[in-house]
Amino acid sequence: MSEIHAETVAFARDTMMPPAPPPRRETGAVRWMRENLFSGPLNIILTILAAWLLWLALRDLLPWAWRGIWQAGSASECRAIRDQLYGEGVPAACWAVVRARWRQLLFGFYPADGLWRPLLALGLFLVAVLPVLFSGAPRRLLWLSAAAPFVIVWLLWGGSLWGPVAAALGFVVGWAIWAAVARRGNAGLALLLGLGAALAWWFLLARPVAAGLASVAPLALVPVESRAFGGFTLSLVIGLAGICLSLPLGVLLALARRSELFFISKVAVAYIEVIRGVPLIVWLLVAQVVLNYFLPRGTNFDILLRVIIMVTLFSSAYIAEVIRGGLAALPSGQYEAADALGLGYWQATRLIVLPQALKISIPGIVNSFIGLFKDTTLVSIISLFDPMRISSTIRATTEWGGIYWELYVFVALVFFAFCFAMSRYSIWLERRLERSHR
Amino acid sequence: MTIAAEPPRRAFRPSQLINDSRYRGLTIQVVALLLLAGLIAYLGHNLVVNLRALGKDFDFGFLGNRAGYDIGQTLISYTNNDTHARAALVGMLNTLLVAALGCVTATVIGVLAGVLRLSKNWLIGRLMTVYVELFRNVPLLLWIVLVHAVLSNATPIPAEFRGEGATASMVFGVIAFTAQGTFIPWPVWGEGAELLTVVLLLSILAALVWRSYARRRQMATGRPLPVLWVALAILVLPTVLAFLLLGRPVTFDVPTMRETGIARFNGGVNILNSLVALWFALALYTGAFIAEIVRGGILAVSRGQSEAAFALGLRPGRTMRLVILPQALRVIVPPLISQYLNLTKNTSLAVAVGYADLRATLGGVTMNQTGRELESILLLGLFYLVVSLVISGAMNVYNRRIALKER
Repeated sequence: MSEIHAETVAFARDTMMPPAPPPRRETGAVRWMRENLFSGPLNIILTILAAWLLWLALRDLLPWAWRGIWQAGSASECRAIRDQLYGEGVPAACWAVVRARWRQLLFGFYPADGLWRPLLALGLFLVAVLPVLFSGAPRRLLWLSAAAPFVIVWLLWGGSLWGPVAAALGFVVGWAIWAAVARRGNAGLALLLGLGAALAWWFLLARPVAAGLASVAPLALVPVESRAFGGFTLSLVIGLAGICLSLPLGVLLALARRSELFFISKVAVAYIEVIRGVPLIVWLLVAQVVLNYFLPRGTNFDILLRVIIMVTLFSSAYIAEVIRGGLAALPSGQYEAADALGLGYWQATRLIVLPQALKISIPGIVNSFIGLFKDTTLVSIISLFDPMRISSTIRATTEWGGIYWELYVFVALVFFAFCFAMSRYSIWLERRLERSHR
Repeated sequence: MTIAAEPPRRAFRPSQLINDSRYRGLTIQVVALLLLAGLIAYLGHNLVVNLRALGKDFDFGFLGNRAGYDIGQTLISYTNNDTHARAALVGMLNTLLVAALGCVTATVIGVLAGVLRLSKNWLIGRLMTVYVELFRNVPLLLWIVLVHAVLSNATPIPAEFRGEGATASMVFGVIAFTAQGTFIPWPVWGEGAELLTVVLLLSILAALVWRSYARRRQMATGRPLPVLWVALAILVLPTVLAFLLLGRPVTFDVPTMRETGIARFNGGVNILNSLVALWFALALYTGAFIAEIVRGGILAVSRGQSEAAFALGLRPGRTMRLVILPQALRVIVPPLISQYLNLTKNTSLAVAVGYADLRATLGGVTMNQTGRELESILLLGLFYLVVSLVISGAMNVYNRRIALKER
């Protein structure tokens, strides 16, 4: 058969022809550009417009940043070096200010020989949140998470170790009594007794116990005043404390707002609306000047603590609204199924409602956290030394007068790094928790 | 056949207050009420004791006293001889002004950036992503201070606009950005301007009437009438005609450089850099958030909707206007409201650049001068609370109108 074929046909191809390359305009960079940049008249205009905007923005900025001078003792020295290197008046950044003052920007007025303390506290915090953030982390770390707040407070403010330990023991005492009574079967009584025991411990026993332990084993760090906190240490202390404290409060508020108990839900609504209706600056002003009117005469507690409390109360109202959205998004079948299983309110909330509602509200919660962290810059207005205020302080010195952009760029970059990391984490978590019905 | 047994009726026992779910809610509420009342009584008691010890009282009479300080930018006439109440009113109007300006600008920027971020053009999409991420992840306070620094350091001083060798020039010959503020032309209302206003209002009314007539006509007969061009003509023509017939009653006072003496602009209106900085920074910052909302809203409309519209023979413009936008708006509006609220509250950051908003007048100078912290902050908080509630109330009404009518 094939032989006949070969004899009758003058030419038969017996190998495959190599495929011809696609036309040049259909491959590689050219094709990509045709599709993504120049696919139509409107697109071409947009591309040119964007390129022009980009050119406008970077034309001055990049050379300015690139020429930056890193080694100088003052702004005038910077200018002299610049004139020598690039000629008179050529724009060049003076990064030397960041190099000279990074310690203030990061730590404020924290004692120079104690800088390891905030750093260690931050490290401890990061390790402690690992098991909360990533389910792959070893579960045993949760014990560390429970102990971390007390150790961090001790590291940051110093003083005797036994103060925070005594405070932590209050929780242990309360929990032990609650557990002992709850096993006998009376949940309400157990809660009451546990709370009472913890309060009794804190108000009556904690101080003498701490003093006694301190006289036996005087473990103490040099105390640091809150006034010395500044820069990003201050932002992180306020921001992270606010974040950690406002989440549980926000959950409780959201539950209260959706509660069937008339009075409780109305109180929660009033609280949330009033807090959200007034800007944070006004609340900080309240913490600064008004709060003292409402406390017993002579109390004058730490401004930093007051700010943390205010920021927590503020942020919890926003988080409550986010979580309320999550609760509302749960199909009512979930609630009914929990009822049908005979679960009580708290069991249903803990096992069925919250895990799903929190998952839905993750993006919103992280957004509130980012907002809270950014809002820590507002404390500069009530004269705490956050990074913004530190930069204006640096600008007010004789060496670094007239330095604007370098400090702003540095502060902006650090904030960007933190907030961007948080938003990426939220996207990652959202994907991992995705159980959509596809 | 069984008969449901009556539940045993027993006398009420106190333990039911905790263990019986019928009464437990009541117990919890009463306890919470008592605790709250106790807390309020405690705080109130402290307040009374503290005020007595400091020799102060709770009195709003200070609002009627002479303020004695000047305000740079005012919308209504104000001198330092006016009362604290008037200073507070000036601050209030300034707050509302920058909030209104910011909301409008932020919406324009946000919608543009949100739509462009979805564009198929790679470069513009990336550029918008950078814009959104940059503004969302850096504190607003920094942006405000930064924009203010740009405006006051990177703009020319008035002297540079003068003479032959001027190094700076005015935008379109009428607007001057200077280190001392932005000078813009301002309309001067002359003889007959009232009549012109009446004509303008009437033509707006006529355009609205035409629109509703065209719609009713289309509903009845199925034939569309041209709305846009006719409405534009109704709007513009009578006003222009009246303007010319009345002998140009409205003129513009254009800022001009003084020929001699200190270099200063005469005429026009000077918008202080603090206002411009606050306005731009708020608009850019909130615009980044709105861009994300708009993008999410458009993505939330399923593709089948536009395909169905095309299948029905609608052109792209009408598809957008009649099919996609109404559905996207339903997703966009509620978070948009909260962005407007945020922007309004964020105007209180004006204090960072020295713009005289309510926080700077009533909650700043007035409070420090009179020492009336309680009263000032109470009024300040109430103002923001009322503004927030009004905005969210108004927007909720709108939201309810466009919400999906479920049956």
